[in-house]
Amino acid sequence: METYTFLRAFADSWHLLFMFCFFIGVFVFILRPGSKKVHDESANMIFRNDDKPEGAGSDSHQGRHADPKEAR
Amino acid sequence: MWDYLKLAVLGVVVVVAAIAASMARDLPYLVHMLVIMLAAAITFVWQIRRAGEPAPVTNPNEYMDGPIRFGVVATAFWGVIGFLVGVVIAFQLAWPELNFQWAQGYLNFGRLRPLHTSAVIFAFGGNALIATAFYVVQRTSASRLWGGGLAWFVFWGYQIFIVMAATGYVLGSTQGNEYAEPEWLTDLWLTIVWVAFLAVYMGTVINRREPHIYVANWFYIAFIVTVAMLHLVNNAAIPVSAFGSKSVPVWSGVQSAMIQWWYGHNAVGFFLTAGFLGMMYYFIPKQAERPVYSYKLSIMHFWALIFLYIWAGPHHLHYTALPDWAQTLGMTFSIMLWMPSWGGMINGLMTLSGAWDKLRTDPIIRMMVVAVGFYGMATFEGPMMSIKAVNSLSHYTDWTIGHVHSAALGWNGMITFGALYYLVPKLWQREGLYSLRLVSWHFWLATIGIVLYAASMWVTGIMEGLMWREVDAQGFLVNSFADTVAAKFPMYVVRGLGGTMFLLGAIIMCYNLWKTVTSTAEKQPARAAAVPAE
Repeated sequence: METYTFLRAFADSWHLLFMFCFFIGVFVFILRPGSKKVHDESANMIFRNDDKPEGAGSDSHQGRHADPKEAR
Repeated sequence: MWDYLKLAVLGVVVVVAAIAASMARDLPYLVHMLVIMLAAAITFVWQIRRAGEPAPVTNPNEYMDGPIRFGVVATAFWGVIGFLVGVVIAFQLAWPELNFQWAQGYLNFGRLRPLHTSAVIFAFGGNALIATAFYVVQRTSASRLWGGGLAWFVFWGYQIFIVMAATGYVLGSTQGNEYAEPEWLTDLWLTIVWVAFLAVYMGTVINRREPHIYVANWFYIAFIVTVAMLHLVNNAAIPVSAFGSKSVPVWSGVQSAMIQWWYGHNAVGFFLTAGFLGMMYYFIPKQAERPVYSYKLSIMHFWALIFLYIWAGPHHLHYTALPDWAQTLGMTFSIMLWMPSWGGMINGLMTLSGAWDKLRTDPIIRMMVVAVGFYGMATFEGPMMSIKAVNSLSHYTDWTIGHVHSAALGWNGMITFGALYYLVPKLWQREGLYSLRLVSWHFWLATIGIVLYAASMWVTGIMEGLMWREVDAQGFLVNSFADTVAAKFPMYVVRGLGGTMFLLGAIIMCYNLWKTVTSTAEKQPARAAAVPAE
């Protein structure tokens, strides 16, 4: 089989299936039960380490181990 | 040792560039070689003046903000240049006499138009993306930029790319591909800079001290990686001579057209959308002081956007030699793109839920919200225009220009202005901006300018589309092309005025940012502990 025909057939069969499953899989993974805590944590990470990298002796309210409740 | 190696390499570059300049076969190549020679020579002198000095100590416990500060300045500078050239060519269209005889072949519309598009997209937008990418990746990874001085190379290398591209356009060196005009030498240089950019970015992400990679970084990574891929494929060309700027493209025919618009549309999708969404997902929550409305939705936004955008390119080639199935595919994916785009828009807007009062008090938030609003409007208008029936009316008319500008001025421009207003006080440790009143002035000038621009282009675009297809009872076309040009004059003047207002707003911004750095109080370090009242 010439390369074009092979690639063309592969692209609109197995690879299409792979991409479709991957795409659906991503959504299922995002919506998995129990992911809310992780996502809340990730959404709030931008509010720390504003002035200095982690562990650089920044203000205690910025360190993320100082008080996780306050960081939220 | 490392310093001497650098000096040797720079010395060789100076000599080789000088030789190449002397053998140049055309003017753009000569100018480009002189630019390279000059840049290498300046770096050589800079380097030799500090030879033998002890290596500067970089503190891994501090963020590297130098290149970001330079990037902010470059963004503002190139922004004003790009908007100014845009205003000039807008008035050149209204009054062709502005294509001055003495400047023919250098400053006429044909030469300035790519200068405008590249200046605003790559110089203004690109610098904004690089600067904010470096800022966001450090803060969300909680670690210093990777690669030592490599970030400086990215910044200065990118400026050299801009200068080479801009001089090339004015002197007539172009591949003639939309958004991919620079010739092979400039393309090669950009490739090197871009690989360094990717290395700095990924190195920082890999070094991160946070368990999760924040969603803004995903958008930035998609932007950097995809632009690299697009750039390499679309610019595949064989130089005619090592000493000339001209090259022959590898692709030909309809394949060439398809690759060009696969590139062109994904330049919009990944340069102007994904990268700027990275900005949105960091700066809007930061300015609103609230986490993003739904983090889940932001991840869905990311995956759906990158999965769909890459297929939308063929909608630029409706009713051409491109096979029908490919046109329909492009149209279908463009319409599907509406969903993730609006998911992202809702996510950005709803981040303000519970804090809508900030819209009244904080003009920066207002700017960012209007940006997201324009993102939503443009991502509705775009899919609609990609429908074949609509496209048969809108294509080749000024409606397209209006669509591009409501997206570029409204979404990219406004979110960048918002980010700049956020960044400058942070980067220069200032208490706040010099004047919020001036931000309001900028906001209203820019918003009204965009409305004038978009509205006039809708009117003129639909008008000329209808005039082109108007036939009389015998089936003859009613209007000649020149009739449509004459009919468009008033709208062209309104468009030029809208652009002037937008430019004026940007100049006010530059003044405001300058005064913020030079004449506002330095930020006081927060007190260690609150003192209890007696």
